[in-house]
Amino acid sequence: MISSIALAVLFLCATGLILALLLILAEKNILNYGPCTISINKGERELNVQGGSSLLSTLAENGIYVPSACGGRGSCAYCKVAVLEGGGVIGPVEEPYLSPEERTSHTRLSCQVKVRNDLKIEIPAELFSVKRYAGTVRHKRPLTHDIVELRIELSDPPAIDFTAGQYVQLESEEYKGNDSVMRAYSVSSVPSDTGHVELIIRRVPDGICTTWVFDYLDNNQQVYLSGPYGEFQLSGTQAPNIFIAGGSGMAPLWSMLRDMKEKGIARETTYFFGALTQKDLFYVDELTALSRELSWFSFVPALSNEPKDSDWNGERGLITDVVARHFEDCSKHEAYLCGSPGMIDACIKVLGGRGMPEDKIFYDKFA
Amino acid sequence: METELAGLLPVVLIFASAAFTDNILLARFLGMCSCLGVSRKVDTSIGLGVAVIFVTASTAGINYLVYHYLLAPLGLEYLRLITFIVVIAAFVQLVEMVVERFSPTLYNALGIFLPLITVNCAILGISLFMLNKPYNFVQTLAFGAGGGFGWFVAIGMIGAIREKINEASLPKGLEGPGITLIIIGIMALAFVGFSGMVKI
Repeated sequence: MISSIALAVLFLCATGLILALLLILAEKNILNYGPCTISINKGERELNVQGGSSLLSTLAENGIYVPSACGGRGSCAYCKVAVLEGGGVIGPVEEPYLSPEERTSHTRLSCQVKVRNDLKIEIPAELFSVKRYAGTVRHKRPLTHDIVELRIELSDPPAIDFTAGQYVQLESEEYKGNDSVMRAYSVSSVPSDTGHVELIIRRVPDGICTTWVFDYLDNNQQVYLSGPYGEFQLSGTQAPNIFIAGGSGMAPLWSMLRDMKEKGIARETTYFFGALTQKDLFYVDELTALSRELSWFSFVPALSNEPKDSDWNGERGLITDVVARHFEDCSKHEAYLCGSPGMIDACIKVLGGRGMPEDKIFYDKFA
Repeated sequence: METELAGLLPVVLIFASAAFTDNILLARFLGMCSCLGVSRKVDTSIGLGVAVIFVTASTAGINYLVYHYLLAPLGLEYLRLITFIVVIAAFVQLVEMVVERFSPTLYNALGIFLPLITVNCAILGISLFMLNKPYNFVQTLAFGAGGGFGWFVAIGMIGAIREKINEASLPKGLEGPGITLIIIGIMALAFVGFSGMVKI
């Protein structure tokens, strides 16, 4: 009896072990593609890599961080790059994410392209300056009931060079069965504070990364982020600005505003900040003080859901209506928007209706 | 001459009976989940079908050897289910690696279906059914290939019918899996007509 049980257990263990060993050996030997060369942007940079893994992770190992939110599972479609040669055919996972134009321009999802041979690829030049940073959370401060401010001191590398308005990707750690994910957050601190990155994060119900930030992340904890990414930044013109933000969309504009102050860029700027009720407002004192100090800046907080009989003396109504009340003609202005896709689309409509050309509207949509 | 024919005939018969009278999909209703999932188009149906033929034939052969030369001598026949599962899984993974390495075109056509097959009950079913029959190694291979071929024929036909039926205006509640199951049911009725024609 005992011996037959022992025999069965032994047999199963041995079978499992042998098969696992066989697979490991096979993976090492069969899926070894040897050294490959990746030529980036017409030979601007050449990487000599070991083939076999995805283009996304191979690039990341070599310090080039293509944005990716899903961690290479082929579900976010952020990691698109142009693979001019050697990418093979488009796989079934990529199919749904590539438009006809992208197919003709050889765009691929870099997480789905395996490095099997020499590759020629094209990536935005700004990705060369993207790095992965280790840092320590110096404070996690609630700004409202569902928004926190994170201040991260960078340690390795110790300083970041970015333009106000850009974003970084924060990596969450594994917790409660959730894998590590990367999520994009705009930097709210000023570029001159090179040793720190501040983020404004709103809790998304059931969001993997925000739940981690709110419930698991503590002061003095080590975190990783990569960046800077994004084209959202102040143009070089002297046109008067209209800033519009809602909720945590405050972040890039808060950075741009203080950057303008530091650099002495005195462009007339009106900042409309939309929230539901008074308890959803933050930085109001700081921004009001700034508007007293700077002749070119005015701040207009607006509440859309504040009870009628409350003590709120400021603007009420949807942010689009408030903007429309303030500006009859926007044809000479530039607009910088940050908030939910719904808010941005509504604002683009209103601004366009007041004569603002579409190429003067800059925005950072986050879903 | 006569003896050669006698040796060949059962092999052909076994193949045919496994493919048609005992159709693994339509008579035994195995491998239904991947069939429902992949049969939306003819070319993916055929891709998966071909992959199944290959895997059923080879795993039937491997499992035959494992059973008769490993499990039976050790008196561990009762472990056949779990052993077959791991052998099939490991084999499919191995094949996937080889295909990926040596033929990217074939990998794109078939390789993506291989992980789906790892847990396909039709494959395990064929490996288990073969033990109920007094087959030798070659006959087992024919049984495996025949079973896979039967599955291939069935999913190919289902895929073709589904492509056509896409253009029909169906009642909302029947779209997708609903009408597919009805189609499979009707086809299964047709395949009942084969039953008993060949007894092997």
